[in-house]
Amino acid sequence: MSIRQAMLAILEQGPMYGYQLRAEFEQRTGETWPLNIGQVYTTLTRLERDGLVEVVGHGGADDGEEAASDRQHVSYRATEAGRSEVSMWFATPVPRSQPPRDELAIKLALAVTLPGVEVAGIIQRQRSATMSSLQDYTRLKRSGRAAAPQEPADLAWSLVLDALVFDAEAEVRWLDHCEARLRRAALDRSDVRRDAPAASTTEGITR
Amino acid sequence: MNAVVHLAAVSRVHGEGATEVHALRSVTFRAHPGELVAVMGPSGSGKSTLLTLAGGLDAPTTGSVWIEGTDLASLDNAGRARMRRTSVGYVFQDFNLIPALTAAENVALPRELDGEKGKVARRLALTALEEVGIADLADRFPDEMSGGQQQRVAIARAIVGERRLILADEPTGALDTDTGEEILRLLRARCDAGAAGVMVTHEARHAAWADRVVFLRDGVVVDETGADEPEALLAGEAGR
Repeated sequence: MSIRQAMLAILEQGPMYGYQLRAEFEQRTGETWPLNIGQVYTTLTRLERDGLVEVVGHGGADDGEEAASDRQHVSYRATEAGRSEVSMWFATPVPRSQPPRDELAIKLALAVTLPGVEVAGIIQRQRSATMSSLQDYTRLKRSGRAAAPQEPADLAWSLVLDALVFDAEAEVRWLDHCEARLRRAALDRSDVRRDAPAASTTEGITR
Repeated sequence: MNAVVHLAAVSRVHGEGATEVHALRSVTFRAHPGELVAVMGPSGSGKSTLLTLAGGLDAPTTGSVWIEGTDLASLDNAGRARMRRTSVGYVFQDFNLIPALTAAENVALPRELDGEKGKVARRLALTALEEVGIADLADRFPDEMSGGQQQRVAIARAIVGERRLILADEPTGALDTDTGEEILRLLRARCDAGAAGVMVTHEARHAAWADRVVFLRDGVVVDETGADEPEALLAGEAGR
């Protein structure tokens, strides 16, 4: 995911250092998508290059000469262009036209088509693993700051957790569905085979 | 720790000959005090059979069912009925409350059937209703309550008199997402307080409230997820 717009959206609230920016991001999203500080500054540099943010000064608690040269003590704020980029981002749906690469879907697609791969085992193992993650998310949901949200950031984090929950649930449902369809397909095939000597037409397939 | 309910190599066959159906095939299953176990599986996998056997509502074809250390086969009908009333609480998808009785009367009923005096039974019922957060609805009839409230009454009825085994069959099936979660929270709290819970569900999101999830297919336990090392699993997920 590009964190560019997310960072810009937070910066729109007021000037911030990179570390503050990261803290604000993580407070709202839990530590679901941890940002490393290098990534934050790289992104800020690009945003500055593109005219979406600008440096507002060298400040901070220890406003010495050496600190001034240190970019960790540089505050950034959104420019007019940055602000309109944020409005655009909120106004535009996240595109689904290019589905993110789904390793599990790819793995199953290959397992089904390549000889010698035991698909049922893959499905079962994945379902157990996903179920375990779902249990973990649920445990986080019912304890800690997501359980009884006091502040908007807590509510935001509990909604992020819900997203993870629904996502894992969807994966389990899809795996159930794959399993049922593959079993049906296997049954159909064995029916065809059994009927083959008797039925010279394709009637066996329609059963 | 001793299991509150223990199914030992249990099989259940319905019908015979050509129409024979193996609902469960040599399943071993335990639920311990403090533990909520979810049972998942496609329809026809044996989930409901497992639940009815665990509650002594049906007897296995082979194998044995133990509740709180007692083999149900060693009890006569009256003994089994008493065991069901005193040790086991049931929660169903459609609540199964008696429409002509108030919330408190519904909850008190199993205690009264067990020979408790009316006054004592009502006091126990009020305690149970308080525990599920609806003491103020004690004198309402089921049709004067929402689905979520009715299910709370059903849970109060399942836990009244300190029963230690709670069996729930799709307890959130008829409820919306938020109300369903409240019900799961209650079941969870009851198990955290020391009861053993077994919940049949086809929803992964609800099964995730359990400590353990057992997957059934064609009457066989095909897999089981425990609560081992949740942090490690979470870290793995975050890095995906």
